[in-house]
Amino acid sequence: MRLGILNDGYGLGTKLLFSFIRLFSGRPLPDAARLTFYRPDFYGSYSKALTQEAMRGPSAWPVAERELMAAYVSKVNDCPFCIRAHTATASLAASNDVMVVAVLADLESAPIGAGLRATLRMLGKLTRDGHLSAADVRAVLESGVSGQQVEDALAIGYAFNVTNRLANAFGFELMTPDGFQAGAKYLLRRGYR
Amino acid sequence: MSLPPDRDKQALVKAIEQRILSGPGMAPPELRAKAFEDSDLAEPLATLVAKVARRSFQVTDGDFAAAVAAGFTEDQLFELVICAAVGESSRLYHAGLAALAEAAG
Repeated sequence: MRLGILNDGYGLGTKLLFSFIRLFSGRPLPDAARLTFYRPDFYGSYSKALTQEAMRGPSAWPVAERELMAAYVSKVNDCPFCIRAHTATASLAASNDVMVVAVLADLESAPIGAGLRATLRMLGKLTRDGHLSAADVRAVLESGVSGQQVEDALAIGYAFNVTNRLANAFGFELMTPDGFQAGAKYLLRRGYR
Repeated sequence: MSLPPDRDKQALVKAIEQRILSGPGMAPPELRAKAFEDSDLAEPLATLVAKVARRSFQVTDGDFAAAVAAGFTEDQLFELVICAAVGESSRLYHAGLAALAEAAG
């Protein structure tokens, strides 16, 4: 990563933990996870709590669709690490990588339901343009999505707008396809805690 | 400063903001606030923060090198980059919630 402290500025206990993880999993911890261990009282602990709640907490959105929203926001923000991570996770959760690739290639023609499409369109517009009108949200509500689901989707948008910026700014290192696949399995088994 | 017990997402977003802006840190709170707002910063921080907020894929090693050369420590830059990322994301989030309130109202 671009700051030396994020590569080797961790305390002894954390460095030991990183070594154990590498030993048992055969891979280094992904940079997205490493970042949350650096001065966790400043950002990491708070970020994990919000991301866990948005991605795995109570919501009418299935996990696969939340992960698809994460991948889509990452695509709009042009974040290579997060696109790969959440494409892998959404594909695994949905057991459908064709659908996920189609959404990222062309939202309007992708084989998904109207409510999910309208919600992704809304998240894309907010992320790209920085604003939404009441009419934009009304279009989502009219597609059958509840107000609570819109609110839940906006929290996912928040979590990944932050993470995409940090991944790009700090320069999260891309992993092999196997590495992203292992990360996806971990996120579906354990979440973001 | 601590996490809200109820796990309400809007309360968690608020807790992140309060922590990074008002809690202990190595960058002065005024500077963290300016990074959060993406306004009123001198170079080279102005460029780094603006890129993080609006076009993070364009951040380069040189942006960080320039900030280090200007005297900022890595820990200060860690904080300021987080403030810039969270600030812009909070503005987007609240714009979305406001549009939802208007649409539902």
